[in-house]
Amino acid sequence: MSVKDRPNRQEMPCQAPEERIRNFREVALGYTEEQAVLEAQRCLQCKKPKCRDGCPVEVLIPEFIQAVAERNFAEAAAQLKEKNALPAVCGRVCPQESQCESKCIIGIKSEPVAIGRLERFVADWEMAQEGQMAKEKCTSATSTVSPKGKKVAIIGAGPAGLTCAADMARLGYDVTVFEALHVAGGVLMYGIPEFRLPKAIVEKEINTLCQLGVNVQVNMVGGKTFTVEELQQKGYEAIFIGTGAGLPNFMGIPGENFCGVFAANEFLTRTNLMKGYDFPNALTPVRAGSKVAVLGAGNVAMDAARTALRLGAEEVSIVYRRSEKEMPARAEEIEHAHEEGVQFKVLTNPVEIVGDEQGWVKGMRCLRYELGEPDESGRRRPVAIDGSEFFMEVDTVIVAIGQGPNPLVTQSTPGLELNRKGTIYADEEGRTSLEGVFAGGDIVTGAATVILAMGAGKKAARAMDQYLQSK
Amino acid sequence: MYPIVKKVVLSSAVKEFEVRAPMVAEKAQAGHFFIMRANERGERIPLTIADYDREKGTITTIIQELGASSTLVGQMEEGDEILDFVGPLGVPSEIELFDGPTVLVGGGIGIAPIFPIARALKAAGNEVISIIGARNKDLLIWEEKMASVSDKLIVCTDDGSYGRQGFVTDALKDLYAERGKLAAVWAIGPMPMMRAIANVTRPWAVKTIVSMNPLMMDGTGMCGACRVQVGEETKFACVDGPEFDGHLVDFDLAIKRLAIYKDQEKRALAALEHKGGHCGCQ
Repeated sequence: MSVKDRPNRQEMPCQAPEERIRNFREVALGYTEEQAVLEAQRCLQCKKPKCRDGCPVEVLIPEFIQAVAERNFAEAAAQLKEKNALPAVCGRVCPQESQCESKCIIGIKSEPVAIGRLERFVADWEMAQEGQMAKEKCTSATSTVSPKGKKVAIIGAGPAGLTCAADMARLGYDVTVFEALHVAGGVLMYGIPEFRLPKAIVEKEINTLCQLGVNVQVNMVGGKTFTVEELQQKGYEAIFIGTGAGLPNFMGIPGENFCGVFAANEFLTRTNLMKGYDFPNALTPVRAGSKVAVLGAGNVAMDAARTALRLGAEEVSIVYRRSEKEMPARAEEIEHAHEEGVQFKVLTNPVEIVGDEQGWVKGMRCLRYELGEPDESGRRRPVAIDGSEFFMEVDTVIVAIGQGPNPLVTQSTPGLELNRKGTIYADEEGRTSLEGVFAGGDIVTGAATVILAMGAGKKAARAMDQYLQSK
Repeated sequence: MYPIVKKVVLSSAVKEFEVRAPMVAEKAQAGHFFIMRANERGERIPLTIADYDREKGTITTIIQELGASSTLVGQMEEGDEILDFVGPLGVPSEIELFDGPTVLVGGGIGIAPIFPIARALKAAGNEVISIIGARNKDLLIWEEKMASVSDKLIVCTDDGSYGRQGFVTDALKDLYAERGKLAAVWAIGPMPMMRAIANVTRPWAVKTIVSMNPLMMDGTGMCGACRVQVGEETKFACVDGPEFDGHLVDFDLAIKRLAIYKDQEKRALAALEHKGGHCGCQ
């Protein structure tokens, strides 16, 4: 069969837009077994698979897809888990179009194999077996590895920390993860909404990881409850810092402290982590208002806009100073937002947020923009148009223009070298300027993706192992 | 889990809890706060550390039942366990030896967090004058504890049912008239009280520190719910504070921001009372 005669990529079944904007249930419903097998059969099983080069955690892609094609789902799951501690998460939130799937040979003439959807299918299938297989595998995994009798500490239970923890546990280290919030998962729990990544799935995946012998301690704030130095004194021989980029940026324009102006982090954490959508059964309130402007156009902005709709906002707009082409969000998220009725007010940016006497937002003074020459980011620079000012009436403003590194751990760790923007200086393998201290994920790169953080966690685990072996 | 080892009912709505949380107790200092979540349904709520005992590994705090979450906590009993207890958070009070009297002003349950600051200032060798106030005698807390760490203690009630009649601001004005020079003033209490104290001391140019109590969620600097306008700058009370220069804080905005979820808070309290309060099970 020639490439162009091969069947088309299997469509992902989804909840209809008019239905899904009234609930927080997952939008994409996942492949059936039949769809998964048909999709897996599209894979050419390349001798030198390029797709694998596109995966930051080096998943054995052709191998697991082959097993799916043969309906051997248990084997597929085993292949996946070999490299990826969180496949149900990655299958859902990775930007596959710019990673594994971008390298798929079939993608040159047709649509690439839906690697992400297959990964998700396999992970979900395995979970549906009520974790039985996972348990058996874990006991066998721990029994084949001889304990190394060395303690390592991971600060932050986000994607980077969890991946590093899983790999270190597999290597036989005694791993403790310290997490500041009351649950593990980091952005997977507080940031990415339920309708893209159900929290029950994240929890299950983390539980499986704990069965590898990883000890997760919650309510432990690095830099406050404990410091890196104290961990070293307590006998942790290697430490990984994966504290992420959780510090919200604001615009720095007048009026940003009026009531009704929220950082996306606050809005999403209230809704996701604290289950504000289930208020008052869950006691944390969240407020969407009726006319909402979301500032920014990354994935966080799309998540905030779509969350606001589901909380009952009448009109939600993405306000962005460049055009749709420059938006950093995934194409799929932008498309979903469009389908759900989010309005896109592009080439627009506020210069001031205006409030009423009660201190509530009543609107924004905005300017219109046009695109000039490309700037250092390679994207065309937005230039304000003279005399274009107009007033946009809104009662809620959600700021989603990015996050910086949280300084609690870095400030409390003397000698730890930082980059200009407060991120930790670390080499490719995650080694920092302090011996025995490693770092990875957003705290090193600035806000990036789940999968890049996981890749960094994996590399750091390898370097930590080397370091501990040579000690 | 964090067990409640002691509960004292100070008045119908004000409860004192001693909670076992050794990691927090080990690091606690005057001016710190913590975040707790009573149970799975619960909000994360910030409370100030009113006392700590490193040997016993306990933290003492005072909570006033105002809304659903504080009521849920207020109804917990000795032996019950708090699900999440995080801290110590925030920047501790800057304790130094001042050239002149230091004045600690505590209003309502704000008396409790003033106590460890007074104790620390006293231990550092300062002359400590404390002014504590409440609406009436029944709401006055920790008089003896405050007396034990103060060179002088002035007690006021709004209605004159105990101590001198009037507001803490009146007592402060009289003290200033009497002493002429004060080195520093700390004020903790409801925001309008802290604003009033800051307004009183502003013309005297006396260093005045207030402990802001805005809405908070995570308490670690990741959400900005607690942001406070301090002079030209926006600060996060949870990581930059909670103590700030009272003469620079925009109290009017801070008070408005406390009301962001007012409607929801009423609904939550109504729902809680409807369910008979205790645990929310139906």
